[in-house]
Amino acid sequence: MSTAVAVERRTDVSARLLAPIDTPLPRRRRAELLAEINASGLTGRGGAAFPTAVKLAAVARARNPVVVANGTEGEPASWKDKVLLAENPHLVIDGAVVAARIVGGRRLIFAVGRENRTVRKRFERALAQRGDGFDCFVETMPDRFVAGEESALVNLLNGGEAKPTLQKPYERGVLVQNVETLANVGLIARYGAEWFRERGTADEPGTVLVTVLGAVRSPGVAEVELGTPMRDVLQRFGGLSALPHAVLVGGYFGTWVRAHDALDLPLAEAALKPFGASLGARSIVVLPQDACGLAESARVARYLAEESAGQCGPCVFGLAAMADALETLDVDRLHRLAPQISGRGACAHPNGATRFVASAVDVFADEIARHRTGRCSGSSHPPVLPLGASREWR
Amino acid sequence: MEMSMQLRVNPILCDGYGHCAELLPELVELDEWGYPIMPREPVARSLESAAHHAVKMCPRLALSLEKSAR
Amino acid sequence: MRSLNNPIIWYLMRGSGVVALILFTIVVVLGIATTRRFGTTRLPRFVTLGVHRSVSLLAVVFLGIHVVTALADSYAKVGLAQALLPLPSAKYGLWLGMGALSLDLLAAVVVTSLLRHRMSQRVWKGVHWLAYASWPLAFAHSVGIGTDKAAGWFLDMGVACAGLVAITVVWRLLALRNPYPKYLGTAS
Repeated sequence: MSTAVAVERRTDVSARLLAPIDTPLPRRRRAELLAEINASGLTGRGGAAFPTAVKLAAVARARNPVVVANGTEGEPASWKDKVLLAENPHLVIDGAVVAARIVGGRRLIFAVGRENRTVRKRFERALAQRGDGFDCFVETMPDRFVAGEESALVNLLNGGEAKPTLQKPYERGVLVQNVETLANVGLIARYGAEWFRERGTADEPGTVLVTVLGAVRSPGVAEVELGTPMRDVLQRFGGLSALPHAVLVGGYFGTWVRAHDALDLPLAEAALKPFGASLGARSIVVLPQDACGLAESARVARYLAEESAGQCGPCVFGLAAMADALETLDVDRLHRLAPQISGRGACAHPNGATRFVASAVDVFADEIARHRTGRCSGSSHPPVLPLGASREWR
Repeated sequence: MEMSMQLRVNPILCDGYGHCAELLPELVELDEWGYPIMPREPVARSLESAAHHAVKMCPRLALSLEKSAR
Repeated sequence: MRSLNNPIIWYLMRGSGVVALILFTIVVVLGIATTRRFGTTRLPRFVTLGVHRSVSLLAVVFLGIHVVTALADSYAKVGLAQALLPLPSAKYGLWLGMGALSLDLLAAVVVTSLLRHRMSQRVWKGVHWLAYASWPLAFAHSVGIGTDKAAGWFLDMGVACAGLVAITVVWRLLALRNPYPKYLGTAS
């Protein structure tokens, strides 16, 4: 995987999350801050899109609340959290501080991935400059797909493995928020809900960081307004570098969308929904026509099977069976497997994997037919979709 | 509002022993790997005591009956 | 406790001991069979587990008779402390103590099993594994204590029990080859 991640840093008014901070964090009352976040309509930027104000209110009721900033980013096709932590760490810390003030916590824990030392060092340097009066810790997480899942993260912080549990952290007084969500909290605390809602759409306000990889000239991370058409988003990354076949929207729990459908789609949940797609991990991978979507999907399906925490039978065995069936192009088996797998685990892993495989079978249907006659569109193209490499759980 | 019971399984505790499918064949089927598929519909009154028995007999105590309002 | 000199007590003690050993052998076999998801259409898996539980309680009853009669018997000269604690004795060497230790471990297994729903799966399982220590100690106690050592039928019974447990343990160990410990067999 190329480590050249191009970062968009614009000095015009469009940049918010990646713009350097120029004002101090104001001190405002808890109730005011919570109301502001509620009014903003901010939802989680980690993939689950849970309303932030609801989570904050739930944790505020706990006795010893803890704030965990989740920058783990176990999704290999996503770089946005790493970029945010490295390029604008103070905004993330601001958000964590505001969240801690709202919930009444004294401890801030920043979870970052273990693999990328540069990101961690830059973040730690920024944290060392702060004197907000909280107990701050930086914890490194193993590079596993599910390690960034809320309950898995808390499990590891409590001394266990980075495997999901059935307890929701916010029901136990632990606020886990994606670092981008917290960065938004830091902005809303300064500029207010109305300002936040000036960008994006009425139902999906704000800006988001997206990772775009694959057949674009400058793959990387940029900040875009929700509702921006896909074509314009891709322009920010230098535009297409090859004829596109399909686009993977939302990371490895996401959905393939045919290129001719995808290019005009606005980047918003409402527009993606009719295609069975969702913003998810805010990752977009453009598959060029001379790459094989089936081969890529089969690799990722196998990766997802290996990334199962192994706690739930239907996930361990189901995902392995799905990867087998995708490799052997047994479409009937895949259709029979899906309802036996989705929804039957302790976390969203089997659901996301099933959705991903189903979309591959749908979008690359003619590729399946081609393979059955011994041909392939892109047998010699190097891999487009990146994979993680760790085998640790702690 | 009628209160009914929903049969649920803790997928982490469940180890695919399959005793529930034997004790409650009307409600529980096993998938191809031996893990129980929970019924979508609430448990009928006539099966409630059998369901309670299955919950008690699960070797992993992975089953539970939860009240859900209809 | 007043010692009784009645030969019936003596024979009851030995007889109940033998029965208890045989029953506990069956309990171990059925316990392993449960883990291995053993079941047929006529003997569903829940029956395997059900019989395991029932036989274990029956075995405990016979064990209770065995201990009480041992305490009561004037010839055996077993004191309460010797029956319950793994102590060496002049008369029996280590063999009685093994029986006592086996009893202690069994008590932990039975009590935790009766109170399963009050503890975590990990704790219950950890204690239950003490059964793998309890049975061999019971077996050694039976064979080593010397009251029936020479009798042919006793040796046959001993070999049969030990052989049965050995085979079943090997069957259990075969399941460890499974890379997915959660899945031990096909759904019946």
